[in-house]
Amino acid sequence: MNSMLNVSSSPHARCKTTTRSIMYDVIIALLPATVFGVYRFGFYALLMVLVTTLAAVLTEYVYEAGTKRRVTVMDGSAAVTGLLLALNMPPSIPLWIPVLGSVFAILVVKQLFGGLGQNFMNPALAARCFLLISFTGRMNDFVVDGVSGATPLALLKGGESVDLSAMLWGFTGGTIGEVSTLAILLGAAYLLARRVISWLIPVTYLASFMVCVVLFGGHGLEANFLLGHLFGGGLMLGAWFMASDYVTSPITRNGKILFGILLGVLTCIFRLFGGSAGGVSYAIILCNLLVPLIEKVTMPKAFGWEGKQS
Amino acid sequence: MNKCVERIYNGVVKENPTFILMLGMCPTLAVTTSAFNGLGMGLSTMVVLVASNLLISLLRKVIPDKVRIPAYIVVVATLVTVVELLIKAFIPSLYDALGLYIPLIVVNCIILGRAEAYASKNPPLLSAMDGIGMGLGFSLALTLIGFFRELVGEGTILSGTPLSMSLPEVYEPVTIFVLAPGAFLVLALIIAALNALHIKNNGNQKVEGCDGNCCSCSSARECASGKQNGGGR
Repeated sequence: MNSMLNVSSSPHARCKTTTRSIMYDVIIALLPATVFGVYRFGFYALLMVLVTTLAAVLTEYVYEAGTKRRVTVMDGSAAVTGLLLALNMPPSIPLWIPVLGSVFAILVVKQLFGGLGQNFMNPALAARCFLLISFTGRMNDFVVDGVSGATPLALLKGGESVDLSAMLWGFTGGTIGEVSTLAILLGAAYLLARRVISWLIPVTYLASFMVCVVLFGGHGLEANFLLGHLFGGGLMLGAWFMASDYVTSPITRNGKILFGILLGVLTCIFRLFGGSAGGVSYAIILCNLLVPLIEKVTMPKAFGWEGKQS
Repeated sequence: MNKCVERIYNGVVKENPTFILMLGMCPTLAVTTSAFNGLGMGLSTMVVLVASNLLISLLRKVIPDKVRIPAYIVVVATLVTVVELLIKAFIPSLYDALGLYIPLIVVNCIILGRAEAYASKNPPLLSAMDGIGMGLGFSLALTLIGFFRELVGEGTILSGTPLSMSLPEVYEPVTIFVLAPGAFLVLALIIAALNALHIKNNGNQKVEGCDGNCCSCSSARECASGKQNGGGR
């Protein structure tokens, strides 16, 4: 039959983007950071990335098949969650910890709340915080080449200066995926070029964070301190890959700006005044919870409703 | 006598204060860090509940309707003070563990709720049985939550009791379960499991072709308003 003669209801023009294509783009964008992490931390990091991702995918498959739901493992969302979680792990942690995190992320945070698109906070970050609270010692143990070193953020918190070029390339202590700022920016550029993420959330996030650090950091405009905070910890990874997650960020334009600013302010507060050196994960999952409220106050009015009481 | 048994069944199973009525969440979430603490909290509440239900039922014709809530509070507060002093004198370890939450039994919703909903309208014996049922249900729920939190979060079983055991050294406790988030997680998982059991026992009420995703379901609206399947439970 000639397809031109088909009668169908609208929409007739469809976007080629699917969940699967977006998720595979995110995986491609995460590859530079992953490859650098493996290069930097060795075979064990590769093993951890593979096992964590596999655990996330398997958990999703087992739950969906076991409860007779539509199996959605092929769309890659579980793999992205697993990969992000692995990139948030210190390089020498025993394998069962990220596996436990994967199961928690997929089973509790994602599937029990209704699966893809229904999770109320970023699964990978929720799992990271779950592990961070449970195994504080192990999760903050950044061993590189057999030596346990302080992360740049811990150095900054202690009032010392950091080696900026090492942070840019990634030759510092930290989790597998967060160390190399350049590798993350490369992936972010790919996502922006492919229009998978919009620049709004990450840029407002980073900008408001920098403003806060200048105002409250106590170091004024000292470049080493400011750039150290910008390149250090999970800020880059969080801003480009996790804050911009579709499910847990606002859809309205003004909402995105508000979300970004809130993230920046909270991250700054946690980093400067909180107990631990990092604060990106907590800031993001806290703001994830605020997203329904943010969307409520920033919902644009429909044409013709301006000036009317809604 | 049959009615008395029905009251206890009602309190433990049918209207379990924690898992079904969701009352008294403050002690439920705050003190259930171990099975022993949960049981202690549950039993203290039960003692107060039985006595207050009995007294309020006896006084139900004396208390004027307009000032009934203050009157209930006076009765409950007296009983809580007695229990608090008793625990302080005889089980100091439990007193240290529960701390502020013992005096807070005064404002526990279960106690005021049962006084208002049951004891003020029913004869003393039945009211006392209602208190026993509700108290048992509450104690069981708290002990259960405490048991799981302690097991996963500390790696011990029934610590603080003569039956105390601990898991082998290899097990690394998942500390989050003895902290506040763990209380919410365990409570939610137990309720989810009980609901699943309930649905299973009462026939599968799910709509044909439901994949659990209401966003992309055409009959989500009717489903939510309960026209098609009674809206779960």
